[in-house]
Amino acid sequence: MSLLADKTSRPAAPHADSAAAFAPEQSRAERTRSYAVADFPLPTGREEEWRFTPVDRLRALFRDEPTGRCLDWQESLPAGVTITGMSVADWQASGAAAPADRAAVVAAAHSGGVGVLDIPAEACPTEPVKVTLVGDSGDLVHGHLLIRAGHHAKATVVLGHRGRAAYSEVLTVVAGDGADLTVVTLQEWDDTSIHLGQHDVVVGRDASVKHIAVTLGGAVVRLNTNASYAGPGGTFEGYGVYFADAGQHLEHRLFVDHEAPHCRSNVEYKGALQGDGAHTVWVGDVLIRAAAEGTQTYELNRNLLLTDGARADSVPNLEIETGEIAGAGHASATGRFDDEQLFYLQARGIPEAEARRLVVRGFFASVVSRIGVPEVIGHLMAAIDEELGAV
Amino acid sequence: MSTLEIRDLHVSITTDEVDKEILRGVDLTIRSGETHAIMGPNGSGKSTLAYSIAGHPKYTVTSGSVTLDGEDVLAMSVDERARAGLFLAMQYPIEVPGITVSNFLRTAKTAVDGEAPKLRTWVKEVKEAMGNLRMDPAFAERGVNEGFSGGEKKRHEILQLELLKPRFAILDETDSGLDVDALRIVSEGVNRAQETTGMGVLLITHYTRILRYIRPQFVHVFVDGAIAEQGGPELADQLEDEGYDRFVTAGV
Repeated sequence: MSLLADKTSRPAAPHADSAAAFAPEQSRAERTRSYAVADFPLPTGREEEWRFTPVDRLRALFRDEPTGRCLDWQESLPAGVTITGMSVADWQASGAAAPADRAAVVAAAHSGGVGVLDIPAEACPTEPVKVTLVGDSGDLVHGHLLIRAGHHAKATVVLGHRGRAAYSEVLTVVAGDGADLTVVTLQEWDDTSIHLGQHDVVVGRDASVKHIAVTLGGAVVRLNTNASYAGPGGTFEGYGVYFADAGQHLEHRLFVDHEAPHCRSNVEYKGALQGDGAHTVWVGDVLIRAAAEGTQTYELNRNLLLTDGARADSVPNLEIETGEIAGAGHASATGRFDDEQLFYLQARGIPEAEARRLVVRGFFASVVSRIGVPEVIGHLMAAIDEELGAV
Repeated sequence: MSTLEIRDLHVSITTDEVDKEILRGVDLTIRSGETHAIMGPNGSGKSTLAYSIAGHPKYTVTSGSVTLDGEDVLAMSVDERARAGLFLAMQYPIEVPGITVSNFLRTAKTAVDGEAPKLRTWVKEVKEAMGNLRMDPAFAERGVNEGFSGGEKKRHEILQLELLKPRFAILDETDSGLDVDALRIVSEGVNRAQETTGMGVLLITHYTRILRYIRPQFVHVFVDGAIAEQGGPELADQLEDEGYDRFVTAGV
């Protein structure tokens, strides 16, 4: 069963607003994927995929109507890289992964068109592709972007999000055979902004895709990243860094769907939390289907609570339908800031504020070292230092 | 010439909301260049003395004073004490993942000296100090104490001692868990640091074996949170022969 061919699948029974709708799913693969808004009833917050999310604050993003608004785009495109448009109908016909929740299906239906960023086959731009989306009015915006890397292309795309907005988006990333693509999505919104996103990553045969989420700003940010493989031999790496302050809800959900054989996935997300009501959620689902022999997968989530009053939810799920795999594992841990580490550094003369920064930087170091995009790392470290300055 | 002076020091810890007094009036004066050994049975409060001087938040000083050349050490934060010239080599050094040893050493050196060390001489100095302690240069790029064995952690403590050049070093059971080769290497490091800087040393130990390598001029027997007896090196020899029984029974 191919995820690409699966775009209009839906549960046998129609959704009804009753207990029946909440029967526990037997497999992660059973969740609805569809272009039809009607296939996704309004979330109540009791559904598995919404149970950690403050859905009451997201009502406007579930409403089935266009807003006619858009974000301001700032682009920096290396030679050969283009941005064009595509109609929603053409996009649906292209076989791209379908929306998987109410917000995504509404965004896909009302975006008014798909922005298409193309990196030609075999192109290897040395500079990253940069697209920054900026909101200034706090308006509700539906967005839809498709990033395509041709076969054997090698590129880095940095997608920035800033300003004030309620942004609901669908991002599709398709890496051709043998492509080596890094997509960095930076969430540096103002504290009032809301951002819901569904990111679908399709890894071509022998291709390698790194999806990196850096979430620092926004009142509510929820990114669902789904990875699938169009052929054998592909590698998906999903890395994330998040830092939640008082009142922020930052949620990252990943679903790696191994259906092709001899593919690899590695997911590592690390988050720090500080202040009253800071809330982070990480859900990592991995499904290894019967055909996905030789799969190698690992997922890890670590959370560091810097103060009282913060809450981190972390749920790894691993579903395996074949015994013929190379390896599968997951780890999750949430801990408090270790005062003994602080004491140790201070006992060597390092002032408290600097010692704190070192400990938190050290906590993030393993995932940051995997990002591999120097300017993003420098920027991220400065942003983390700034967050810590606010303690 | 510097003096570290401890006067009538009383220290408590709070567990389950009950205060328990661990140190019951400690008096001790250490001058530059001197080596004092504090010996005593387990649970006598030796480590509490070490951590109280360093300023660990778990311990509450209820009365008494600690001064460094007349300056009130107890009024200083942990890092201020280190910058004033106090160094604690810990019995169980803490792992701080993700910070490389080289970054940590440079940051600490910069903090203690008030300016960044000159890059070229610093790199050479670190390399040489690591060589003297038979530490693999690869340790410089590992996380601080991350995955180090007990012996590696102790060498790393003494490496810091040699590089930070404090005025007074408190060695909390640095000998514990070391085989005889490592004990010799670590002791040589302490002696080297003392020869170079003229620092005063407060050596806390349960056993006498480290005293064969680091020779104290003063030996204090610590029992039940206070000094029960003091003397010269001959006292250590006596303890080696007789053990602590005499003091422990006397305390009951």
